[in-house]
Amino acid sequence: MRKIVVVGYGPSAHRFVESLQAKGFDGRVTVIGEEPRPAYDRVHLTSYLAGTSAEDLTYDVPGGTVTRLGTRVTGIDREARRVLTADGAAEPYDVLVLATGSAPFVPPVPGAGHAHVYRTIEDLDAIRTAAKDAAEGVVVGGGLLGLEAADALRSLGLKTHIVEMSPWLMPRQVDEGGGAVLRQHIEGLGLSVHAGAGVQEVVTDGEGQVVGLRKPDGTLLDAQVVVFSAGIRPRDELARAAGLEVGERGGVVVDPGMRTSDPSIYAIGECALAGGMIYGLVGPCNTMAEVAADRITGGSAAFEGADLSTKLKLLGVEVAQFGAMTGALDVTYMDPVGGIYKRLFISDDARTLLGGICVGDASPYTSLRPFVGKALPAAPSDLLFSGAGASLDLPDEAQVCSCNNVCAGDVRTAIADKGVTDVPGLKACTRAGTTCGSCVPMLKQLLEKSGVEVSKALCEHFAYSRAELFDIVRVREITTFSQLIAEHGQGRGCDICKPAVASILASLHNGHVLEGERAALQDTNDAFLANIQKNGTYSVVPRIPGGEITPEKLIVIGEVARDFGLYTKITGGQRIDLFGARVEQLPEIWRRLVEAGFESGHAYGKALRTVKSCVGSTWCRYGVQDSVGLAIELELRYRGLRSPHKLKSAVSGCARECAEARSKDFGIIATEKGWNLYVGGNGGFKPRHADLLASDLSTEELVRTIDRFLMFYIRTADRLQRTAAWLESLEGGLDYLREVIMEDSLGICADLDAQMAHHVATYADEWSATLADPGKLRRFVSFVNAPGVPDPSIVFGTERGQIKPVMAR
Amino acid sequence: MSAAWTPVCAYDELLPERGVCALVEGRQVALFRTYDGGLHALDNLDPFSGAYVLSRGIVGTRKGEPTVASPLHKQVFSLATGLCLDERGVAVPVYPVRVAGGAVEVSV
Repeated sequence: MRKIVVVGYGPSAHRFVESLQAKGFDGRVTVIGEEPRPAYDRVHLTSYLAGTSAEDLTYDVPGGTVTRLGTRVTGIDREARRVLTADGAAEPYDVLVLATGSAPFVPPVPGAGHAHVYRTIEDLDAIRTAAKDAAEGVVVGGGLLGLEAADALRSLGLKTHIVEMSPWLMPRQVDEGGGAVLRQHIEGLGLSVHAGAGVQEVVTDGEGQVVGLRKPDGTLLDAQVVVFSAGIRPRDELARAAGLEVGERGGVVVDPGMRTSDPSIYAIGECALAGGMIYGLVGPCNTMAEVAADRITGGSAAFEGADLSTKLKLLGVEVAQFGAMTGALDVTYMDPVGGIYKRLFISDDARTLLGGICVGDASPYTSLRPFVGKALPAAPSDLLFSGAGASLDLPDEAQVCSCNNVCAGDVRTAIADKGVTDVPGLKACTRAGTTCGSCVPMLKQLLEKSGVEVSKALCEHFAYSRAELFDIVRVREITTFSQLIAEHGQGRGCDICKPAVASILASLHNGHVLEGERAALQDTNDAFLANIQKNGTYSVVPRIPGGEITPEKLIVIGEVARDFGLYTKITGGQRIDLFGARVEQLPEIWRRLVEAGFESGHAYGKALRTVKSCVGSTWCRYGVQDSVGLAIELELRYRGLRSPHKLKSAVSGCARECAEARSKDFGIIATEKGWNLYVGGNGGFKPRHADLLASDLSTEELVRTIDRFLMFYIRTADRLQRTAAWLESLEGGLDYLREVIMEDSLGICADLDAQMAHHVATYADEWSATLADPGKLRRFVSFVNAPGVPDPSIVFGTERGQIKPVMAR
Repeated sequence: MSAAWTPVCAYDELLPERGVCALVEGRQVALFRTYDGGLHALDNLDPFSGAYVLSRGIVGTRKGEPTVASPLHKQVFSLATGLCLDERGVAVPVYPVRVAGGAVEVSV
């Protein structure tokens, strides 16, 4: 048997071809796909709307595979053993594999043709286009896929309704109690949930534009975008037309070897009806693909149903279900305030775990799913609290990764026999954690428990963490990278360790970042003391302490921007960013700014950025303290302080918190008696509110506490670890931090104070120093052999009256 | 490729472990001097971002091989071969470079 043809090119087909190759199949494999691209990751499809490209989602085509994309198969000629395609060609096969997947179910209601579905990249493109002119959207379907689609509509800025036929959301994964908690979460995000509701009609205006969705009770939900995401129907039309056996409610009937009623034809994935079930989850579909590949290459693998456990995070809410959804006994933990619902099902003798449901906190899924059908590892009430499962020992046969069917024993073997020491290694070796990623915490745990020392090495050049390197540099009084790598590292460094060491040297010694050998350690931003942009130009941010600026200085910024033709934008940190400067323009721009009294704003550095402030008591009728004055004092004190990551701060003059201080690395809020200090806040990827470290401090106490907080962070954090993550990783957390910097439990406070005093005393403006040094200035050219020539690749267009970069491609 | 050598700057002008860019017959050439005095010339165009910036990346080594990391998204390229070491199948052109009478010369 030499020729295998696969119809459909989704994830199941992809896994099938990969498995065939892994088994050494050397015949011809042709995959015919209807979509214009090879299989892509549907689990993370929603990330496409957040900016992940179609290319990034698309899987590599396994080498040697013949693909025919954008080609529809119109029929199967079983007698002649060939499939016919819409372009009139015929593809002969020895074995045919149907991986035609499924189609979203669209109920036959009036106007349904004007609605969208949510399955392919093209569907998402269409939804994105439709959302541009829309304000409201409706998703029909409150299951897993429906909530994903709702998340997508919400991310596109639409006010979103969810209509679900069942009395609660996600009826397949959670029970009524869990559904109620889930609903509370989702409504808290501003979405409207209409449970127990059907669809009567998609309403359009005279021109065919969608204007709403009518429910059977007659009410109309205003919406310009309607998405049906209420289940799937197997694509079995080819099989049906070819006379293969299909199920009553659809699906190509297969035996445990994935073979259809024609022995030369197999069916896998969502189109297959295996044991009377259609499977829509990636895990079982992958298993089917592997079973078929095994059978076709002479093996005897069988598909015997699958674990339908799920753990996911939808709209920011963790939802998990594993094992059975009923049992003789059950234990429930419910916290409506915290939005947490956890329920375990247990056998009548109270010994065996049967299953569980979690909403708001899915940690029991990770720790307990492997124990389904086995003896309870601890008292049920203990198991329901967060972190309780962390110390449980998994049996070898316990499944860790349900997407790829990997057991704890497989992971242990990889660690013990193949010497794997980290999560990426385990992923490569076992495939565990490569699909949905929910088992990665469990992989980490298995690594830790097996006694593997998880490497803290910064990179291949240093076997130390950043904190360890910091201590080496401090204690041994090392002043250059060359000395450090010669004595404590290997090779010649890289883009990871060089900037990290440059930052350590700057934190400790506060010398000019471009002095001597240090110039070669810096990222391009520090090397040119400006922020690189997508077209290779740079942006310039002068320091405006506390956001306070005189009209004269404001005018200078305006004049510089106008004279150099720069794009101008106000930043989130109460400063002004000037974009589009070529490297040779930076010294000229800065000469003008320095003359007017400006200093570097360090927007380019892992350093203190800005200390934002509200209006404060001088002007504001509510203010209780002078927030602007304090912000300026703090910004001037910590300006130029290099740290493991950028540092942001803000000061609010009263509890109304207009400066948003609690989203900062250190934030200060005025009280009647003094200042409250909050630490470890963060906007960004993973927002975190800062924690209250100390209350009602005098200005002197406040400054001393911040000094120590910053220096302790700089000493002990990992590379690129913001204070939020650092604080969370500190063993003992906030209490420990308080002990160290307020009660001096480690006896280091005098040291920390001295270090900060050194920083304050030795601060010098980097740009003034650079302008005064012809050696440093010489590097600010586009071309070493043509210093006056601007880079011809830099081209600008116009947008809203200002320049914008135009890329050649 | 023309055989002509174009002098671009004095060797001493190159800072060890840092790059510069030269404009040679309309082409942007990124020149690097490594810690051991070695010289390398790659095309300045970063194929990932489409910006002419490779000369401004951080120079280093990976398993002994001299490298530069794109300053935009940090993909690492071999200074010896121009091959991207983080993504197979991507490479940038490498140009012949030499020192003659104290001057760095490249041939494009």
